[in-house]
Amino acid sequence: MWSFSHIANEIHEWLSKTFNPTLTLIIEMVIAGVAVIGLFAALGLVLVIMERKVSAWIQIRLGPNRVGSKGMLQSLADTLKLLVKEGLTPNGADKIMFNLAPFIAMIVAMLLMAPIAFAKDFQLWDLNIGVLYVSAVSSIMVISILMAGWSSNNKYSLMGAMRSGAQIVSYELSAGLSILSIVVLTGSLQVSDIIHSQANGWWIFKGHIPAWIAFVTFIIAVTAETNRAPFDLAEAESELTAGFHTEYSGMKFALFFLAEYVNVFIVCAIGATLFLGGWMPFHIGNWTAFNHVMDYIPSSVWFFGKTFFLIFVIMWFRWTFPRLRIDQLLNLEWKYLLPISMINLLLVTAMAILGWHF
Amino acid sequence: MLEEVGTTTEGDLVINVGPQHPATHGVLHLVITLNGETIKKVEPHLGFIHRSIEKMCESLTYRQFIYVTSRMDYLSSHINNHACALCVEKGLQVEIPPRAQVIRVLMDELTRIASHELWWGAMAMDLGAFTPFFHAFREREGINDIMEETCGARLTMNYMVPGGVMQDLHPNFQKKVKEFLQLYKRKIHEYDELVTGNIIFQNRMKGIGYLSPEDAVSYGCSGPTARGSGVSSDIRKLYPYEIYDKLEFDEVLENGGDSFARYMIRIREMQQSVRIIEQLIDNIPEGDFQAKTKAVLKLPKGEFYTRVETARGELGVYIVSEGGTTPYRIKFRSPGFSNLSVLDHIARGSKLGDLVAMMGTLDLVIPDIDR
Repeated sequence: MWSFSHIANEIHEWLSKTFNPTLTLIIEMVIAGVAVIGLFAALGLVLVIMERKVSAWIQIRLGPNRVGSKGMLQSLADTLKLLVKEGLTPNGADKIMFNLAPFIAMIVAMLLMAPIAFAKDFQLWDLNIGVLYVSAVSSIMVISILMAGWSSNNKYSLMGAMRSGAQIVSYELSAGLSILSIVVLTGSLQVSDIIHSQANGWWIFKGHIPAWIAFVTFIIAVTAETNRAPFDLAEAESELTAGFHTEYSGMKFALFFLAEYVNVFIVCAIGATLFLGGWMPFHIGNWTAFNHVMDYIPSSVWFFGKTFFLIFVIMWFRWTFPRLRIDQLLNLEWKYLLPISMINLLLVTAMAILGWHF
Repeated sequence: MLEEVGTTTEGDLVINVGPQHPATHGVLHLVITLNGETIKKVEPHLGFIHRSIEKMCESLTYRQFIYVTSRMDYLSSHINNHACALCVEKGLQVEIPPRAQVIRVLMDELTRIASHELWWGAMAMDLGAFTPFFHAFREREGINDIMEETCGARLTMNYMVPGGVMQDLHPNFQKKVKEFLQLYKRKIHEYDELVTGNIIFQNRMKGIGYLSPEDAVSYGCSGPTARGSGVSSDIRKLYPYEIYDKLEFDEVLENGGDSFARYMIRIREMQQSVRIIEQLIDNIPEGDFQAKTKAVLKLPKGEFYTRVETARGELGVYIVSEGGTTPYRIKFRSPGFSNLSVLDHIARGSKLGDLVAMMGTLDLVIPDIDR
């Protein structure tokens, strides 16, 4: 009754009855756009406070605890501060590129929202090449970082951007290959198909060890792709002060910051969709009673629960590990992760052909 | 165009690290010539926090000038004070009561642990791991509390005076130190789990910043920096002062010469300091905490030199006296200055990310370098 898909259908029917088809489509697009922007802002606020609380918990601190109940409104206050702050453009910077870069970062993050299934049968655009779309669009992210670094007229920014370029281009390969192994098992690039194929068990359980290898590779690769520690070389604070966004201030900085967190959410959502069954509840074989209880939990709770668990893991990495060096970072990808994921893809293919998975 | 972005004629990039930079932990200015990510030259520019402490000391009396030296190497202020007090006592030829000697050694070793704790946290932070910093501060806080009770200060202690220490130990001192040691021994394994055993950390530290024993000697390195290259340089062992010759502890030596060796030296030194404190904490002799000295101190005409082992290396104090109430000339031989001079030598050819790791293992305190 109150599921997201039901509400969406109700709205769609009402709009179809009231307006002509073209207007309905336009209104629906506007609603979807506003919903994405709203989700974007909400995610930024939630993830920032979550990161601060998680880091405080790991670092035996309290974290923000002054604004709102237990500091929960801290990131709202910070956003307000950033909104009223002056956005400086440094002298000698390429003004158009400098001001455009944060918006590209944000647009990419928004575009990536499209094929994600947030709940049962609730997604903006279930295109038939959904997974391919995600890996294609996410590579545009690097352009905004390169633009920001190059146009800032700052040597630290430039070095951060160049590092980031090398890093994202490299790690996309293993991320892509590990996504591909699930595509091979499912036989479809469509996000809804991938989720429905996991109705009788998530791929991480059905796919045996190759699926685990793909999952671990995926998590490592997306941590690197989103420039999170221990792969945060693009903004390596102790080396490059703030890397590619050294010169950014005010809301322009905030957009980069938001885009980073939303990207983390998106890659974790993709990971949850591919490996942990998306909105599919957790079922164990013939335990009918247990399965019914699990079914009772709403699908959106399952999706966000899995996603936030993966986000927590990535935050856990950040506050535990030291940073890699640039040559070690590239060695890890080209000498270890890429060969491993290639061989793993062969294994998965053999498994899929022989039907060894459940 | 090339000059505009700050490149040399060979097309190398010149960047300024500092004077305000997160990795220099102070106002150190490094001009780095880079070829891509590879370092070709590091040129330290000093003097941003020069307060002419040596000149100031010339107009202060022998009792007063010790307080200024707390501000040199602020992480081992007890040991700075100790070195100055020793030098004045050498000129005065006073015998220090055994209780004062033991208190001084106890304070020195507690300071050494506190200083190494902070170094450990800050160095892990340079490598991008933020959490160790807070874990290190948890233990350092315990030492600061102990110091605060006895000395009344947490950073610039000014506790050592010519002839002994300023006041007697706080009644809680022994109990608190024992509590701290108990906690500390439990926590020191966490350090190894969190940082030392981490594969990323080991890969970052091993084989970078190699300093050969010959170079360590010729650059005048001392303390953990020299001992990491296998050069025996512990003043506490080589030229014992106070009661160090009666204590059981090892001079920690590593033969690696790389950043990891220098890291391990400090980790193992903390355990040696714990050993020293454990020997002394139950055996503090009764008696005076200060020798009887005149109200106005006057050193005989001549030159006096003492050296002690601070957390960073050898600190030398050189006093020239004309027989008055103030020193004619004072010179400090600070460990940080010599240790910094080796940076260019060890950093050449390594990556930019390694530079911060090397600076971390040299354990630079900028006010100690500039004075």
